[in-house]
Amino acid sequence: MPQHTFIVNGKQVTVDIEDDVRLLWVLRDVLGINGPKYGCGINVCKACTCHINGKAFNPCSVRVGDVEPTDEITTIEGLPGTVDADLHPMQEAWLERDVAQCGYCQPGQIMAAVAKVRQARAAGHEVGDADIDEIRNICRCGTYARIREAIKSGAQRM
Amino acid sequence: MEQRRSPRSGLSRPGNSHRPDMGRRRFLGYLVAAPTLAAAAQLGQSLTSPREAGAAIPSPPEPSEVYDLNDLLTLAATPTSNLIAVVLNKDGTASFDMPRAESGQGITTMAAMLIAEELELPLDKIDVTLADARPELVFNQFTAGSNTTISMYNPIRVAAAIARQQLLRAAAIQLDETVTRLTPHLGFIEAPGGRKLSYGDLAELAASQETKEVETELKPRSQFKIIGTPRNRIDALDAVTGRKKFAMDLDVPDALPTMICRPPTIKGTVGSVANVDAVREMPGVTDVATIATGVAVRAKTFGQCIDAANALEVSWNPGTVDGESDETVLDRIKKAEIPLAVPKLGPLTGVVEGEFTFHFRNNAALEPNTAVADVRPDSAEIWAPLQSPILCQQQVAEQLGLPVSAVTVHVEQAGGAFGRRMFNDVVLEATEASRKMGKPVKLMWHRTDECRQGRMHPMCTSRIRASYAGGNVLTFEQRHTSVATDYTQGFGEIITALAGKVPPLGQGNELGFSVPVFELTVNVPYNFGVVTQLLNETYTYDTFPTSSVRNLVNPDVRTAQELIVDQLAAKMGKDPYEFRRAFVDDERVRAVLDKAAEVGEWGRAMEPNTAQAITVHKEYKGATATLVEIDCRPETVNRKIRNAVTGPRVTRVVMAVDTGLPINPRGLEAQMQGGIMDGIAQTLTSSLHLKDGTLLEGSWDDYFYTRHWNAPFETKVVVMPPTTGEPGGAGEFGVPSSMAAVACAYARATGTVPTSFPINHATLSFTPKPTVPPLPPSPTNGLKFAY
Repeated sequence: MPQHTFIVNGKQVTVDIEDDVRLLWVLRDVLGINGPKYGCGINVCKACTCHINGKAFNPCSVRVGDVEPTDEITTIEGLPGTVDADLHPMQEAWLERDVAQCGYCQPGQIMAAVAKVRQARAAGHEVGDADIDEIRNICRCGTYARIREAIKSGAQRM
Repeated sequence: MEQRRSPRSGLSRPGNSHRPDMGRRRFLGYLVAAPTLAAAAQLGQSLTSPREAGAAIPSPPEPSEVYDLNDLLTLAATPTSNLIAVVLNKDGTASFDMPRAESGQGITTMAAMLIAEELELPLDKIDVTLADARPELVFNQFTAGSNTTISMYNPIRVAAAIARQQLLRAAAIQLDETVTRLTPHLGFIEAPGGRKLSYGDLAELAASQETKEVETELKPRSQFKIIGTPRNRIDALDAVTGRKKFAMDLDVPDALPTMICRPPTIKGTVGSVANVDAVREMPGVTDVATIATGVAVRAKTFGQCIDAANALEVSWNPGTVDGESDETVLDRIKKAEIPLAVPKLGPLTGVVEGEFTFHFRNNAALEPNTAVADVRPDSAEIWAPLQSPILCQQQVAEQLGLPVSAVTVHVEQAGGAFGRRMFNDVVLEATEASRKMGKPVKLMWHRTDECRQGRMHPMCTSRIRASYAGGNVLTFEQRHTSVATDYTQGFGEIITALAGKVPPLGQGNELGFSVPVFELTVNVPYNFGVVTQLLNETYTYDTFPTSSVRNLVNPDVRTAQELIVDQLAAKMGKDPYEFRRAFVDDERVRAVLDKAAEVGEWGRAMEPNTAQAITVHKEYKGATATLVEIDCRPETVNRKIRNAVTGPRVTRVVMAVDTGLPINPRGLEAQMQGGIMDGIAQTLTSSLHLKDGTLLEGSWDDYFYTRHWNAPFETKVVVMPPTTGEPGGAGEFGVPSSMAAVACAYARATGTVPTSFPINHATLSFTPKPTVPPLPPSPTNGLKFAY
């Protein structure tokens, strides 16, 4: 059985599993990291959004064999650690606006929001409606109104 | 002003024997023998408030106005209800095991607020969990019809008030004081001179040695400090940190991932499987078993389940609708339509008519159907998000030939429900798979299963004919014709048990399930003279897998009505808002209409191809009005987004909502915001296409629920101050007027009244995924899209 080593939330992990198992299932079913959620398995609902080396991506559509030993995976559980705090500013903004309803998509929404703010800044502007329109994470409870507010509010503290 | 009084509003209820002139109302509850203080109340004590109407030509009360669905659900609770208990713990916290499903609608937070109010305990010291199936509750552990707050408002408060009363008595003994000199405050009983005892100190001292009935009074509304104030959800921190656990996150020993290879057409069945042994040898796979709905595979990871399900070579038997497509279903519906009855009324009478089609819509939540089942020879244990857990327990027991007492059903937090989790099919699949494999399973539906074999809102048509003369609307007829809705799981039992006894119907069970629900929920909220609304259904209830989708029939029924109302206003030369204002039959509806118009700046100048619309709705003992602004300019409609539909954009929504007594305005606002997104989806983008027995949609990239790029830039919900003093429903309440307002705005912006919903249904804007193998393989190029 092939072995795969990479970094998850600041810790090196090694798993024994076939190369082509998608990283989402390695995180959830093998490592027991349940923050990234399954919603489609084909990279369209974005409920599993995590970061790889600081960029948003969807582990449902990445083979574990394609993850390098030096790759740093961050799930919602590890997001506060990236700012060395109990909560990331985006999570605080989420709490302030009481965004979550059922909460199922929210880890992915928050991970996407953080990356989208960074992406906008790298392009030389603050995150705005046009950037938020590009976020593909679905919320079946329909919390989009508060997400829109929380992203703008969280960005100001990032 | 005419008063329409519910026939039951003057009747006394168990535990509510007060008369209005006798001062504060006293409630009966219980002290329960337990190691620490436990106070309880029976469910089923809520009251019906009278409704008002007036103006124009009064329409006689319709069934939904004198006896709506919530009255029926509440009544169902009364004769069979049992105790719900608030327990005080030695650490000073209180616990409440709630016999309802939390699926995002905020009822655990609502319950904690009610307890905090009466018990004078901080919100963060109250732990609300979801109760396992409690068969003794019979009909009283059923989450549907936006009824939870309505039916639990008094019982939860009564239990908490009895606990507070008992704490005061225990403290009085300890402090050698009289109860009247003591004050409960933030988890302490305080006495003059600064002496105080914590609730934790009193938890055992206040415990009762015997279970006995006691009386209590509830805090008057003027003293509310928590009820009616905006509060955040009690599970918000868990949600944003990823700690909130759903069924698929449970770590039940040896319950390995399990999925099902399903048939290519709706309700097809397994003929034979050619390669079971080969698939069992695939990486990670432990078991393969044929069950009633397909072939179940159990593996180390869900990813390996997907691969195994796709590798199975199955010959399938036909399903229930292999010859059916959108066109054949619509044709059959049209043949089943009941004719409109009112004849032409003469040369001075104008007529407005319309016929509207509403296509199939999927009701899956984002968390797919999931159930953990551990079936043993003489027992079974189930974990799943369930709206009707008692029925689930009975069904599992029946399937396994076990007594109900041998089946334990744990209710898990749901990642959305919308009606889907009234049906226990995933549990029955997990039970069968666990039994046949002889091992625990964690069974999850793939998203594609949800789209193609899940439940859907039935396709339907609504025909309306309205006549007017001399500034009044004389008649308003609506004929709603639908594919049959399946009410047999959970919902059906209550309806069939009570439909024959409900006063305005009184015709026994022959009316079936759907007609009572229709008559108990629909209304025309305007004084339009002679109003008739009839439902006719076609197909049997189990031909198509159907269900409600965040409301029953009202999103469609009211959308059809409001489109006709706008046309009536135009024909009669009136502004749409002023017209509604003149004809609404309820002061609360008029008040929310005025508020939405005011805050939404009704009538402000709009660019060409953009427009406002405003609509109302009354249901769930409340009223809403929604003002929508839509952008149908070509540059907006034709904007391109990869794997998405764009089309018209709702740019701004203002909704005013009156639920009688909002318990948590922030939670109510959230529910309305969610309802608005459903309304947008159902009018503009969301539908299923049926072709030769297969639903073409297969995931979120072709089933177009509202996405960020479809969402309004501005969404404002105005929660009206309390009006009736009794709470109404919220979960489904936001959808009907939103859907109707989007449709009316589209009509006004484009000059074309839409007649088929969603408006993009006629264009298939995607390539359907294959049906064999059943599941789309997971891509491998995810890193290319990193940002």
